[in-house]
Amino acid sequence: MNKLSVLKITDLTKRYYNKTALENVSLDFEQGKIYGLLGPNGSGKTTLMKVVAGLHKQTSGSVLINDEMLSYKSKAYVSYMPTENYLYENFKVIDILKYYNTMYEDFRYDYAVNLLNDIDVNSDIKISNLSSGQIGKLKTVIALSRDAQIYMLDEPLNGVDVLSRDTILDLIAKSHSENKIIIISTHLVSEIEKILDTVIFLKEGIVEVFGDAEELRQERQLSVEGIYKEVFRNA
Amino acid sequence: MEFNNNIPIYLQVIEKIKQDIVSGKLKPGEKMPSSRDYSNELGINFNTVARVYRELENEEIVFTKRGLGTFITESDQIIEKLRYTMAKNQITAFIDGMKQLGYTKEDMIKFIETENNYLEGNE
Repeated sequence: MNKLSVLKITDLTKRYYNKTALENVSLDFEQGKIYGLLGPNGSGKTTLMKVVAGLHKQTSGSVLINDEMLSYKSKAYVSYMPTENYLYENFKVIDILKYYNTMYEDFRYDYAVNLLNDIDVNSDIKISNLSSGQIGKLKTVIALSRDAQIYMLDEPLNGVDVLSRDTILDLIAKSHSENKIIIISTHLVSEIEKILDTVIFLKEGIVEVFGDAEELRQERQLSVEGIYKEVFRNA
Repeated sequence: MEFNNNIPIYLQVIEKIKQDIVSGKLKPGEKMPSSRDYSNELGINFNTVARVYRELENEEIVFTKRGLGTFITESDQIIEKLRYTMAKNQITAFIDGMKQLGYTKEDMIKFIETENNYLEGNE
């Protein structure tokens, strides 16, 4: 089966002053797959996402979305969820949804409301009164409620309790469809691996492993987490 | 369903479906859930379930009707063969394990007979 390449990264390098965050990263992302961008803190995961989201500019190399160079236009294809809590504390949940609804043309307001109902996040509560698990869930719902082509979720499980983690993984798996790409960065490999199609191990800005999760398990008789531990043991 | 992450997930789902067919939990001709529904139920990626159905179709254990979905085979012959293969895998593993413990064929048979009460008590 030939799948459409929606996001193509070629020889991407990003340097900050004297530090190299990404080095000659080449990755081809196909429609309909969930990708795990895996690596310890400081391995370049966030930098990679920010470049694709158009928030950072690469030092060299190219990023093509639907065969077009990154531009103001390509940002419309990408829904990016940063790892930090960027939500206004004094807003109620419902106000946040309304805000996104006016900010993004492709925001699916009813879809977001329904998702929040399903996972029991009360939309009348102020952001400052939400637990970190609820914040994590809300951020995920917001990112997934845009009708984008590429979803990039930076550490969606960080600082989130175990039950909320399950809810977030369910949200991601359920929202996935044949014409989307979902890229999830995390170092919590065991939690996430069952929903991944393809894994990318990023080690100090270099791609160490890029492959199908099931084939890796079969070849190495190990879980993705087991392989991860082998690759990063000395990191 | 709990998964063992050391083994490809699609193989674990295939094994479970085969067991359910052999045990009669899934009936011949029964309609399977869509990839989407099944993946939601299992908490996994729908591509994994699509792969499960593809592999099972190659083995002629399920068949798809265009636009209608995926169905368990209606062939008694295929189900009988599946039952035989799965039972054979079990007994092979059992025999290998007992051999490693130093059991002879006669010891094994005697062992099964003496455990018979236990087996029946658990039925």
